[in-house]
Amino acid sequence: MGGLTRSYFIQRVLMFFLTIWIGVTLTFVIPRLSGSDPTTAMLLTMMNQRGYVENADKIIESYKTSFGLNDPLPIQYIRYLGHVVRFDYGFSFARFPTAAWDMVTPALPWTLILLSVAAVLSFLIGVTVGSLMGWRKTPRWLQSILPISLTFTSIPYFMFGILLISIIAFKLHWLPATGGYSRSVDPGWNLPFIKDVLLHAVLPLISIVLTSMGGWALGMRGLMIGVNNEDYFLLAQAKGLSPARVFFRYGIRNAILPALTAFALGIGSLIGGSILVEFIFAYPGTGYTLYRAIQEQDYTVIQTITNLIIIITAAGVLILDLLYPLIDPRITYKRNVAS
Amino acid sequence: MASDQKVLEVNDLNVHYFTPRGAVIAANAVNLYVKEGEIVGLVGESGCGKTTVAMSILQMVSAPGRIVGGEIKIEGQNIVNLPEKELRKIRWRKLALIPQGAMNSLNPVIKIREQMEDGITAHEKVRGVALRDKVFKLLNDVGLPERVYNMFPHELSGGMKQRVCIAMAVALNPVIIIADEPTSALDVVVQRVVAQTLLDVKTRLGVSMIMIGHDMGLQAQMVDRVAVMYAGNLVEVGPVGSIFEHPYHPYTRLLIDAIPSTKQKKSLKVTEGLTHDLRNPPRGCCFQFRCPFVRDACREKPPAFKQMAPDHFVACVQY
Ligand SMILES: Nc1ncnc2c1ncn2[C@@H]1O[C@H](COP(=O)(O)OP(=O)(O)OP(=O)(O)O)[C@@H](O)[C@H]1O
Ligand SMILES: [Mg+2]
Repeated sequence: MGGLTRSYFIQRVLMFFLTIWIGVTLTFVIPRLSGSDPTTAMLLTMMNQRGYVENADKIIESYKTSFGLNDPLPIQYIRYLGHVVRFDYGFSFARFPTAAWDMVTPALPWTLILLSVAAVLSFLIGVTVGSLMGWRKTPRWLQSILPISLTFTSIPYFMFGILLISIIAFKLHWLPATGGYSRSVDPGWNLPFIKDVLLHAVLPLISIVLTSMGGWALGMRGLMIGVNNEDYFLLAQAKGLSPARVFFRYGIRNAILPALTAFALGIGSLIGGSILVEFIFAYPGTGYTLYRAIQEQDYTVIQTITNLIIIITAAGVLILDLLYPLIDPRITYKRNVAS
Repeated sequence: MASDQKVLEVNDLNVHYFTPRGAVIAANAVNLYVKEGEIVGLVGESGCGKTTVAMSILQMVSAPGRIVGGEIKIEGQNIVNLPEKELRKIRWRKLALIPQGAMNSLNPVIKIREQMEDGITAHEKVRGVALRDKVFKLLNDVGLPERVYNMFPHELSGGMKQRVCIAMAVALNPVIIIADEPTSALDVVVQRVVAQTLLDVKTRLGVSMIMIGHDMGLQAQMVDRVAVMYAGNLVEVGPVGSIFEHPYHPYTRLLIDAIPSTKQKKSLKVTEGLTHDLRNPPRGCCFQFRCPFVRDACREKPPAFKQMAPDHFVACVQY
């Protein structure tokens, strides 16, 4: 029978931890392979700012000790894993007394909300548009206007963002151009603030949704065309079912399965890709924070954010994996036969 | 058992697939009828247009195919060019299909119960327990246990799936069932079982059927009349006994000779010559390139049907 079996559940959860472990290990290894020394880099910045720094060597040494960079690698690695488990990566490299985590937390809700809304919207719209394009019974007039919605796909979304800012914000003054909210409102649970936040989110949202839904639409169109030729799809029509039922139950229901996998996998790249959007709109999210951290070579902050992306992606895949047997009854079956 | 009432008439059916490199003539002036309670076998090799004819009857020819001429009459009503809404009412209630790919005819992600029920509820107001009992009865009728009700297609064997399809097809007691090679994807033993199931159901309900296949041996045991198709054309139609006793068309003979036999050892007859490209059929008889008895007259104009025995017609210049 379909559904969630225990061995499948355990398998998937183990996979989840394994993915995270490999991912965080890479974020530990890669900066150490780069050969550039964060402490020296930081000192150079200080020198640039102040002209001259006394006892440079000592400062570097004390930094290295306080960040544990003098310890043997295995020890550093184990300590690092401890950080990962506790979600605490110590101090920010570039802004010393502040904890790295504290630099990320204020940015987190902005990004999470903006991106999850954008991701879900672009997926839903894209899937609907694509399915309609791939369905033979879609009315002609709809068939001919749907492709128009794909025009923005070929524009990179930061370009589109700039376009939106210059036209809608600067020329027409319809919406605010940048930032997460205006200075004139009090952050908190009050109506003016919430309204302000929503208004600020419109342009970044549009630029992400309009430029990324085309990909879903094109993929879904192909999947739907494939399903159109399946015997069960023909049989559903032969049964005289209503077009809506054929479309949803026998069309989208089957065509969407591969798209859902792509969606879960795409969560990570969406976060990565949002860096530019947040940068252009000066949106106070993690993408913007990451951008700044990379500029300042703030390794602990970089690690905090990359590991967060890794965990969120892995969690997305895990959730999908656990839901998958419910939406595709063949899955557990196959795995059980294989193992 | 067959009465003289014609429940299905196919008159001068022409179906073309409009491909970028020309129109494929997949059905050329096909004339066929099915009487009440009768099973008509439609045979011919792969690609000769059997599925095309079946799908035309359902008004479901797949793009880029189109019915370019002719009539399809169900109980006297022509359904060619009927609006989609009207067609939906006729489909399944009057015209049921057992599709070709036995393995893929059921949606892999929907339970059997739902797939059986939606065809019923789309046309009849049966709900709840009555609906469930109806499905149970249908399953019983084709020899499936009730637990199939809650299963997914992948949990069934090929034969079981095909029996589900049979149960689905008879759910609304249709006027005619079109079975497109209902057994060809199954192994030989299961083939017999499924064929028997089909016959049982047919006898009990007295439903008419078009049974498509390329296995003359299986046809011989199941159908009342046989229609032989070659490259989009019917070449011979007649009662099964008459056809096997005296096949007139050279192609029909070829098909009957191809039935394997344990009594005598035959050399496997390999296709002599290839079927022409359906995009540009030759002038004259469609079988001329492969016919051992071809003569000049065959290349001039297509032969007309001649009656050779009661109800037995052939299109060949020899007669
Ligand atoms: N969608 C299509 N586009 C173009 N040509 C097609 C299409 N579908 C079928 N044909 C052509 O129409 C002809 C008849 O096809 P059809 O599927 O009706 O054959 P068939 O007798 O059912 O064969 P089989 O025994 O293999 O099922 C074939 O020559 C095929 O190439
Ligand atoms: Mg076929």
